[in-house]
Amino acid sequence: MTPVITADHLTIRFGEVTAVNDVSFAIGKGELFGFLGPNGSGKTTIIKALCGLLAPSEGTGTILGMDIRRDAAEIKRHVGYMSQKFGLYEDLSVSENMGFYAGVYGMTGAQAKQRKEEILALTGLEPYLHRRVSVLSGGWKQRLALGCAIIHSPEVVFLDEPTAGIDPVARRSLWDLFFQLSGQGVTFFVTTHYMDEAERCGRVGYIYLSKLAALGTIEELQRLPEANPAGTSRVQIETADASMMLGSLREMEGVREATIFGRSIHALVETSEIERLHARFPQSTIETIEPSLEDVFVTLTYQIMKASR
Amino acid sequence: MKAQFYGFLPVCRKEFTHIVRDPGTLFFALLLPLVQLFLFGYAVDTNVRQLPTVVLDESHTQESRQLVERLAASDVFRLAMTVQSNEELYGAMRAGKARVGIKVPYDYARRLQDGTTATVLVLVDGSESSTAGQAVNASTGVALKESLGRLLGGGGVMPIEVRPSVLYNPSTRSANFFVPGLIAVLLQTMTILLIALSLVRERERGTLEQLTMTPVAPLGLMVGKMIPYGVLAFSELCVILTIMRYVFQVPIHGSVIVLLVMSLPFLLTVLGLGLVISTKAMTQAEAFQLSMGTVLPSVFLSGYIFLIDTMPAFFKVVSRIIPATYYIEILRGIILRGAGLKDLWVDGVVLTLMGCTTIMLAAWQFVRQKRG
Repeated sequence: MTPVITADHLTIRFGEVTAVNDVSFAIGKGELFGFLGPNGSGKTTIIKALCGLLAPSEGTGTILGMDIRRDAAEIKRHVGYMSQKFGLYEDLSVSENMGFYAGVYGMTGAQAKQRKEEILALTGLEPYLHRRVSVLSGGWKQRLALGCAIIHSPEVVFLDEPTAGIDPVARRSLWDLFFQLSGQGVTFFVTTHYMDEAERCGRVGYIYLSKLAALGTIEELQRLPEANPAGTSRVQIETADASMMLGSLREMEGVREATIFGRSIHALVETSEIERLHARFPQSTIETIEPSLEDVFVTLTYQIMKASR
Repeated sequence: MKAQFYGFLPVCRKEFTHIVRDPGTLFFALLLPLVQLFLFGYAVDTNVRQLPTVVLDESHTQESRQLVERLAASDVFRLAMTVQSNEELYGAMRAGKARVGIKVPYDYARRLQDGTTATVLVLVDGSESSTAGQAVNASTGVALKESLGRLLGGGGVMPIEVRPSVLYNPSTRSANFFVPGLIAVLLQTMTILLIALSLVRERERGTLEQLTMTPVAPLGLMVGKMIPYGVLAFSELCVILTIMRYVFQVPIHGSVIVLLVMSLPFLLTVLGLGLVISTKAMTQAEAFQLSMGTVLPSVFLSGYIFLIDTMPAFFKVVSRIIPATYYIEILRGIILRGAGLKDLWVDGVVLTLMGCTTIMLAAWQFVRQKRG
């Protein structure tokens, strides 16, 4: 099966700054692809390049087989885009916003009307049809923004931090919508800060310092050799006072990383030192665990930081 | 060609909805120019009339009283006070109680009778340079007439009589001269501001970013914005012209239709300018400042207040790149002189070219930025 979105050694430079450095990936139809990375790591730049708004400095990419350098105008008709800024007109009603975007994509009359009804049914915005957007809550705005972004039935949808700043319940129901649509064959490219969101994605890419540091399913990432250096073990330490323990733990020899997770500590330690750990903290339960996605990214980030120094 | 303007219709419709949705802004946008029209239309009067005048008559003769009466009878001077000493005369001038001081020396009548030249001192407050010149002219005129009358004796015939005839604005009313120019300035300010703010608002709220991801073409977006604000500005022009004609009583000597048609290229240009500003400004405050920055050159270098003919060469060139210069020529030409298309077509063509240039510039800037 031919991939729907590809990036092929994509490099984007702004003057001296390299915003995206030699990034390659391929995303298949109906996939929900999560893209993680800190602010300024190049996530939005990659989306802009894939939508044909930015010409890559080197490399190329395709959307539905169309070249992002040559077919930018055509790509826009097949791609939906939604950012954390909503892109909604606050002084217009829900219906007017949808009508505007339908018009912008060249839909008219009966076709636009039918599509609007489909979107209303999908998003549950029917009761708010004639409300102004300014009075809607963040969650509803987000649903409307998604509705407007997919009004032209795009095969590919780019979501740039779609759930930034909305409450957990609204976030979850928005993700349910993504799953529903991806089940219908729509391909999603979602950037996010949230680990729990990333964990819901079929595959995840992690971009750090403009480079794609890791790419794969959650399981693949957890088993990455870079995330599990030879001779080390990932342990979870249950303790009464995690914050007290963290300091002394970090100073211990053989402890490479230590991070608090709720009431416990996740640490990457040299396997030979585990016995000493038991001896040092006899009150605590210490067990070996699989790394979480966050553990993986933290480990990768430390390694890249060390390497780039 | 169609692809270049793709999306203008939905953008245009949406923009009209914005305008209707926000009647407060609309009201102020339309009302403010009218308020300014009344303020400036009534306040700006460069014809000097009724200057407060202080008189020191040391002669105390029939001849001196006759001269003072003649001066006071002209519309230019108004006898505000009479004083008895030089100190009082200069004091009144310094205090600003009088703009003109007239001193008739004690030997005025005697010199007249002796046939030697009698002198009259006329002091004019030069801190108001526009009134000073006219006051000097008026007093010289009165003195000249008085001298001639005396030279020729009572029933003599004037050897030469100059009959100045002011064409096109016979009563030399200031309103006739200033209101047509004011139209250009008001229309420009309002239009630039409205369209620039509308686009920058979209930039601030992130809807512009969303639009760049849709198939809407840059020119489609710009034309879609220009149509509603163009319609708004055109309606405002009609209201202003009506007020000019019936409230300020400025007659329109030329064709109103030609005037309206020739206003379109100017509107095109200022809409384009607003768009260029909107590509430069990142916030609404910036857009406001940049818009206001276009006002002063259009007031001072367009021939609205200062005659272009008397400007230094450099500023003559500058005035030629200011759109208001051409529109003021069109307005004054049609309204005051009854000029027609065949007299003013060059101005129309220049404005059209300027309009297209600014719009292309804005579209180019827009495309460049969205990549950056």
